[in-house]
Amino acid sequence: MEILGSDVVIESLRKEGVEVVFGYPGGQVLPLYDALYRMKFPHILARHEQGAVHAADGYARATGKVGVCIATSGPGATNLITGIATAYMDSIPLVAITGQVPVSLIGKDSFQEADVCGITTPITKHNYLVKNLKDLPRVLKEAFYIARTGRPGPVLVDIPKDVFNDKIDYKYPEDVKLRGYSPVFAGDEATIELVLEKMRQAKNPLFFVGGGVNISDTSDLLRRITALTGFPVISSLMGLGCISNDDAAHLGMVGMHGTYAANMATTECDLLLGIGVRFDDRVTGVVKDFAPEAQIVHFDIDPAEINKNIIADIRVVGDLRWSLPLLYEKAVAYDSLEWRNNIQKWLATVNGWKQENPLTYNCSNEVIMPQSVIETVSELTKGDAIIVTDVGQHQMWAAQYYNFVSQRSFLTSGGLGTMGYGLPAAIGAQLGLPEKTVVLFTGDGSIMMNCQEMATAANNDVAVKIIVMNNQVLGMVNQWQRMFYEKRYSHTCLKGHTDFVKLAEAMGVTGLRVTKPSELKATLAEALRIEGPVLVDVWLPNGEDVLPMVPANCRLDEMVLGG
Amino acid sequence: MKHTLAVLVENRPGVLTHISGLISRRAYNIESIAASYTEEADTTRITIDVEVDDELQLEQVVNQLSKLIDVIKIVDLTHIDSIHRDLALIKVKASPETRSDIVDIVEIFRAKIVDVNRETMVIELTGEESKIDALCEVLMDYGIIELARTGKIALSRGPIAAKNM
Repeated sequence: MEILGSDVVIESLRKEGVEVVFGYPGGQVLPLYDALYRMKFPHILARHEQGAVHAADGYARATGKVGVCIATSGPGATNLITGIATAYMDSIPLVAITGQVPVSLIGKDSFQEADVCGITTPITKHNYLVKNLKDLPRVLKEAFYIARTGRPGPVLVDIPKDVFNDKIDYKYPEDVKLRGYSPVFAGDEATIELVLEKMRQAKNPLFFVGGGVNISDTSDLLRRITALTGFPVISSLMGLGCISNDDAAHLGMVGMHGTYAANMATTECDLLLGIGVRFDDRVTGVVKDFAPEAQIVHFDIDPAEINKNIIADIRVVGDLRWSLPLLYEKAVAYDSLEWRNNIQKWLATVNGWKQENPLTYNCSNEVIMPQSVIETVSELTKGDAIIVTDVGQHQMWAAQYYNFVSQRSFLTSGGLGTMGYGLPAAIGAQLGLPEKTVVLFTGDGSIMMNCQEMATAANNDVAVKIIVMNNQVLGMVNQWQRMFYEKRYSHTCLKGHTDFVKLAEAMGVTGLRVTKPSELKATLAEALRIEGPVLVDVWLPNGEDVLPMVPANCRLDEMVLGG
Repeated sequence: MKHTLAVLVENRPGVLTHISGLISRRAYNIESIAASYTEEADTTRITIDVEVDDELQLEQVVNQLSKLIDVIKIVDLTHIDSIHRDLALIKVKASPETRSDIVDIVEIFRAKIVDVNRETMVIELTGEESKIDALCEVLMDYGIIELARTGKIALSRGPIAAKNM
């Protein structure tokens, strides 16, 4: 039986097991929205296309499934760009479907026309412009396959309006045939043997875990390997939660705002085992001085990551679902005592660093310290919430002070550093995991970049808890101005008349405010207790720095400590 | 150091955008790029001359290009016995006085004259880049009016095709 192109999209989404799509209608996607309506497909109406794409991203990060978003041509599609780039940098599986002007109008500067494939080429894993309906089922099959396999990433499918309106005898392909794409799973087993040998010889070994462990859901294996070997572990921002933060072996986050122990261990280790990491510049500091004593082992699914930023002595290219089980299988030939015997001195040194210089801040009875907000939420949720952040100081404090205990529990824009990511991502995560408590830490700067999505949360009864860390400044930039620009606070002061409680209430979100340390815990507890979405405006002093901090162009052990 | 890569890609719209976009985004140093159809209707062959600092950088270029979904295979022809050719069309000033000199030069280079009029002639030359450079240098004395070059294409010697290497 022949069906419409628009219905081909919906049928294909069903075949892919898509539960919900996030989107915003418009002229060229009218036929697709008609199909959503007729075929009763679950759709969450965002209030801005950027909200839709970040929500799909948050949904994908929290659930591990492919997130799907829809936007119309031209401005609708260009509003997705920041969200697609965010997902691309953090390897998040997304399928973005955009409407396009009819085929005959492409290239004529038609109303609401933009070359979306051209624009998104550098920020997608792949993209398609489907000019002929007969290609659409194959393209959608490929899009989902490419998005979720190998190193995941966003795929965009641009569909002209007349393709939605055309009819075809629909059949969804069973398999994908792509000559140029065969994601690696298993790599070379001999490399694992080699790694094991290095691990046996190492005096000062260190595991460095990143987003790849979250993406591949291999946190359990990682925990078994570290429990067996006793090797200390450091995390990148994206790797937080892969190992429980309160695990004795965990030294915390490494890098620009990493812990003293993690940064010192990196500087002095003799074997660094990078697992699903990409040695980002926020981690390494000065590249040539990164882990200067260490042989570097790099586990990654993407061969192009090897030697991109840091030269690896041993590469283990393959899916972590292949390499980590194999590593464990081989490592377990030695018992826990044998592993630890080699590294007694190193463990003592590392624990010394941990105890000498833990994360610390000045407590106050007068003002609410930002770090205490994170700690209080951590305590109230017992580390069991999904934590979402925006970007800036609050993001780093959340990374430092929340006690993450499980994988996929920390959703943050790590690579691109997208302000405005948090609220829509939290909505997507909550819709994906309705039983979970989802808490968004945001700033008074970041929240304004997508505050319209409070309407989405309220109208769909999405019970996200929004904690606005309100210090009246763009904190991170302000901190840099304080440290490196002689306190010339150029345009980072937000002090004004914005009332976040009223803003929340205006959109149907319960608004609370807390200004005194003595009321902090009770207010946060109330926010968690109230059903439905809640915003808490937390008044903080300005001028607090995120510490430790490794200044730009410095080595990791040259960090400025705090407290 | 310069490397010549034979890149086999799907013959689909947008492929060149993906390749050229990647090259510019990653700031790779490309000296020439030439694309055209092949013996297989669904495959395009792109020959890329890339200037890299070392083997590590070359590996990055190859690995990043390989990540593109449309890229089927990449073969580095630099150290494989192979034939490298450019084609140039050169329009040069040629008065009755200089014409015979130019004809002599064309013969020495085994080039061809493909158009002549009262003031100019067009010379066609196929060869390695250095040979074309050399001819251009000599013709500069007479006055080159315009010049078009294809960019390098390359093919290995022997019976094995790049797709089977």
